[in-house]
Amino acid sequence: MSESSGQVAKGGVVTELVTDWGEDKEVFKVHWGKAMMWIFLLSDTFIFTSFLTGYMKVRTSSTIPWPNASEIFALSFGGEPIPLILIAIMTFVLITSSGTMALAVNYGYRRDRGKTALLLFITAAFGLLFVGMQAFEWTKLIVEEGVRPWGNPFGAPQFGACFFMITGFHGGHVSGGVIYLTYVAIGVLNGRYEKKGYDIVEICGLYWHFVDLVWVFIFAFFYLW
Amino acid sequence: MSASDTGHQEHPLSIYLWIWILLFVLSTFSYLVDYYQLQGALRWNLIIIFMMLKAGFIVAIFMHMTWERIALISAILVPPLCLLVLIILMSIEGKYTKFQRATYFGLEEAPVVEHHGKKAH
Repeated sequence: MSESSGQVAKGGVVTELVTDWGEDKEVFKVHWGKAMMWIFLLSDTFIFTSFLTGYMKVRTSSTIPWPNASEIFALSFGGEPIPLILIAIMTFVLITSSGTMALAVNYGYRRDRGKTALLLFITAAFGLLFVGMQAFEWTKLIVEEGVRPWGNPFGAPQFGACFFMITGFHGGHVSGGVIYLTYVAIGVLNGRYEKKGYDIVEICGLYWHFVDLVWVFIFAFFYLW
Repeated sequence: MSASDTGHQEHPLSIYLWIWILLFVLSTFSYLVDYYQLQGALRWNLIIIFMMLKAGFIVAIFMHMTWERIALISAILVPPLCLLVLIILMSIEGKYTKFQRATYFGLEEAPVVEHHGKKAH
């Protein structure tokens, strides 16, 4: 089935789908970099889901009680320890950075270079803050609590392996994102994308929002379960 | 659909600001689930609902999925459904492994008992 000149498909979703795939042209009518970023993120979805599924398998099959995340990640500011407070702050930091990223994409398409670069730098700064807090969390767990990938004083020994693997991989993504964002922000500032267009800001935005998206699942399954 | 034909995603700032606020509120709610130590089915349902809402808003609005053409939406959102099979299989496998371990090795207590709190799993 080929419809040669259909830019806008008429007749609903199915027709649009068939037309887009049936034309002897590109299927995804977006910037190629954006389509590739989506496909990369799809593969990343499989990686993170596999980690989380492995964690679920290990946790549900453990006969030793699983450590209580709410207490392990509690932090006291002089008084009674507040449960999970560090992770809550990290969540808010990441959501804030997601918001500034969304605004950066918007200002990018308005070709407001100053504001776009500023918002990208702010996003990267929040990303750094997040990684810093994660480094603090890891240090506390390794040095003070004695959590290791093969054991810990709280309960099921697999806790450490799951924790370091999942949050480490996510933290790696955030660190990579900070570098990526900084590179794009400098490019925006220098006018590198004046001719090519500002799709690059949206593309790195997709990556950044995905990192936030993964954290939503880690927060729910690792910290709240 | 028409906004997606040019591949140019420019939308009013107010949409982003509203979603941003909403994400903050939902995150606060999911934190409060733990803060007030809600347990059992209520805890699980609330966690999953808040998680799915947050994930949905991020993908739909921040990642512009609502405004994309159906070819891209289906190419990205359909393949992850395979993962549901993996999750279901592994949850069955997890229960089976636990059953085997409990049968042949017995259930164990946590090595350190100074941490009290939710233990009913």
